[in-house]
Amino acid sequence: MTKVRLVFLGKLADLAGAQVREMDAPLDWRGVLAALEPALAEAVQADTTRTAVNGQLLAEKTALAATGGDEIAFLPPVSGG
Amino acid sequence: MRDVRLLTAPFRPAALVEPFARANPGLGALCTFVGEVRAQGGVEALELTHYPAMTLPAMEALAALAVERFALMGLLVIHRVGVMVPGEPIVCVSAAACHRRAAIEAVDFTMDHLKSASWLWKREKRPDGWHWIEPRKEDHRDLQRWQLAQ
Repeated sequence: MTKVRLVFLGKLADLAGAQVREMDAPLDWRGVLAALEPALAEAVQADTTRTAVNGQLLAEKTALAATGGDEIAFLPPVSGG
Repeated sequence: MRDVRLLTAPFRPAALVEPFARANPGLGALCTFVGEVRAQGGVEALELTHYPAMTLPAMEALAALAVERFALMGLLVIHRVGVMVPGEPIVCVSAAACHRRAAIEAVDFTMDHLKSASWLWKREKRPDGWHWIEPRKEDHRDLQRWQLAQ
């Protein structure tokens, strides 16, 4: 697989215009920021937005290193059940 | 016996709690909480978005923590996702234990964690359209009662 799935949760999906996007692998943090529209790039960089790869939260999102078949999720603050 | 589920369609809590109680024979206490979508502020509908890779796994981990912390016989955690209207059940937590205090506290603990730390995103439909709901400070205060790091 040569694609990485990007998943935008909550209001980030509105900002992205869709909940899911696909990008070419491999993909690092710089590559993510370069590919996103400015407002969306700013939103995923916010301290309150967490990033996960394949369901695991990243302690430091700038260390992102996704390869083909990976799924990256951008998680804004949760609003509770 | 742990039973943790996300449901995409309306549910009747009693239809789930009764079999759960029967699945824990010999229990001394059963405590059940049901939360429903409030009708207030012109809210016409509410939508909860979940993330399959994380939402249910985190709820299962929370249930395991509650079962261990309160020495429960069983714990039922049911959460709706998708679009709901006022009056529909949104969450149901039921704890089976030997004694009442463990059952009552386990439900309180589980609800506080579900409310503030679940991977769920909520938006409300009002007459002027959909609005995303931001986290509430009260939810984080509720969580701190249990003095657990998130």
